[in-house]
Amino acid sequence: MLIDFFLHLKDSGLPVSTREFLTLLQGLRERVCGPSIDDFYHFARLCLVKDETYYDRFDKAFAAYFGGVSETPGLETELPEEWLRAMARRHLDPEARARLEKLGWDKLMETLRERLAEQKGRHQGGSKWIGTGGSSPFGNAGYHPEGVRIGGESAGNRTAVKVWEKREYRNLDDSVELGTRNIKVALRRLRRFAREGAAEELDLDGTIAATARNAGWLDLMMRPERHNAVKVLLFLDVGGSMDDHVKVCEELFSACRSEFKHLEYFYFHNCVYESVWRDSYRRHSERLQLTDLMHKYGPDYKLIFVGDATMSPYEILHQHGSIEHMNTEPGATWLRRMLDTWPAAAWLNPEPERLWPYRKSIEIIRNITGDRMFPMTLAGLERAMRHLSKRN
Amino acid sequence: MRFEGSENYVATADLTLAVNAAISLQRPLLIKGEPGTGKTLLAEEVASALGLDLLQWHIKSTTKAQQGLYEYDAVSRLRDSQLGDNRVRDISNYIVKGVLWQAFESPRPTVVLIDEIDKADIEFPNDLLRELDRMEFHVYETRQTVRATHRPIVFITSNNEKELPDAFLRRCFFHYIRFPDRDTMKQIVDVHFPGIREALLSEALEVFFGLRDIPGLKKKPSTSELIDWLRLILAEDIPPEALRAADGAEVMPPLAGALLKNEQDMHLYERLVAMARKHR
Repeated sequence: MLIDFFLHLKDSGLPVSTREFLTLLQGLRERVCGPSIDDFYHFARLCLVKDETYYDRFDKAFAAYFGGVSETPGLETELPEEWLRAMARRHLDPEARARLEKLGWDKLMETLRERLAEQKGRHQGGSKWIGTGGSSPFGNAGYHPEGVRIGGESAGNRTAVKVWEKREYRNLDDSVELGTRNIKVALRRLRRFAREGAAEELDLDGTIAATARNAGWLDLMMRPERHNAVKVLLFLDVGGSMDDHVKVCEELFSACRSEFKHLEYFYFHNCVYESVWRDSYRRHSERLQLTDLMHKYGPDYKLIFVGDATMSPYEILHQHGSIEHMNTEPGATWLRRMLDTWPAAAWLNPEPERLWPYRKSIEIIRNITGDRMFPMTLAGLERAMRHLSKRN
Repeated sequence: MRFEGSENYVATADLTLAVNAAISLQRPLLIKGEPGTGKTLLAEEVASALGLDLLQWHIKSTTKAQQGLYEYDAVSRLRDSQLGDNRVRDISNYIVKGVLWQAFESPRPTVVLIDEIDKADIEFPNDLLRELDRMEFHVYETRQTVRATHRPIVFITSNNEKELPDAFLRRCFFHYIRFPDRDTMKQIVDVHFPGIREALLSEALEVFFGLRDIPGLKKKPSTSELIDWLRLILAEDIPPEALRAADGAEVMPPLAGALLKNEQDMHLYERLVAMARKHR
């Protein structure tokens, strides 16, 4: 039975290993946890899940597998109205609820009750769980992804069943929240240490060598401490469609500023052309020629673009395509030049990855950058940094 | 040996299960959670509840795994040799024992706390795999193998600043301390301030959870900040009514600086309070 459970977890995308599974079995044999499903849930999570971002996934998988095991007394009788309401209230956010009310709350509840009765009939004599699943009106209408799940003992009694049904760790799944601290951790992947600056650390090997050379008389040698020596060029798209992403860009920017000592940043609008700027207030008067930058910063700099790459394809592919000025060469040419100058490059896109296939301009830029476009989520950022830290 | 919480520490059922599983299956227990949820405190409480010695190893960004086992103080040996000290003939005089060595050779079982393992270099946990797994290590300088007489109970805390390697995680149990809900929080406060008046406590918790719900706070106040704040309120003898104005309007709670430790958060909160007042 438990082997199936283990495989089920594996299929649900949890990174579980045989060793952890054996630990679980060992614990069960030694009666570490009590006989109740609550204890088993906690113990299985303790053994098999090693990252709170997976708690949500584990809860779902656990509920799917053990959904039929737990007993729910009281379902033989008619479902109380109040209880149904409470159920729906717990699962729906206010907005969805308002829409629901419009559809006719009573009717919906009626349907739900009928469906429950029907399913009950099928599981004759069973005191089992009833999940209305995706076929319920709730699920269909998309108010709640899994549909309304019915279950649990009397209200207020906190059993683990409710804990996993509630999926409390929902917020922690790793592609949503971005705070500067999290970004910094992701950026840390790009560290490359080198010794520069004042000599203030004892160099033991050097001291031994020097002492030996000195015929045994102690000769202390010092050396500089290790510092992050990675160099980064950051090109940020500002204005227009990027206004929706200002907050996340600010966070990324401030994280970069504190994480990288050698950071140069420039702004562009939609696509890069012959010049960029450093100060948006003086963007018309003080512009920097891109060719100058290419000569100034060597190929050891890592190139990071931040932009939604959402524009008309003309702005990339044609001369005079820019919406701001008459450009003599198309943006694509400039992009290719930059990628040639700085081979380690990545493009971070704050637009959700699932929307990318629908935008022509995103596809073009992905082609130009050689598919080095990454979504601006924590997971995407990590992928980008891992890519950048590869030696070219 | 079973841990059931202690009079100073409220442990939820899942946390007790985690601790007891770690004790009886002799696996290290890795603990994560929001700052201030009592991760470090747990090891201290388990040690004192079970009557065991606690050995603490606080990790810094410069800590090396070797330092937890032992260090060979080559520089003082070199110095001594220059001065002609006799101790210099025996290399073991210059081996400094680390926390794990002390735990391994202790005649009684011990509790070892490896605090904030994520502060160290990314390779740090990998360097401890075998030591934590087999509870033994080899001392190259003196050609001896140190083996644990009693496997210590190991607690490891992490603040999630770095990802830990899979091989390391597979050898540990993992528990994430959820932020306590209102009832648990009440128990926690009861433990710290036994005589606190019901009215004051419920007002204070109201304010506290209200603060935590404000979107956009840089640092949400945590359990330890609540405890500090209550301590201040009790010391100043502030009546419960002062936490909320008589007409129920929002006011800045007294001594809010104990809860919000960030200037921007403070400003944000002041603005919200001012707005709430204007709208009345």
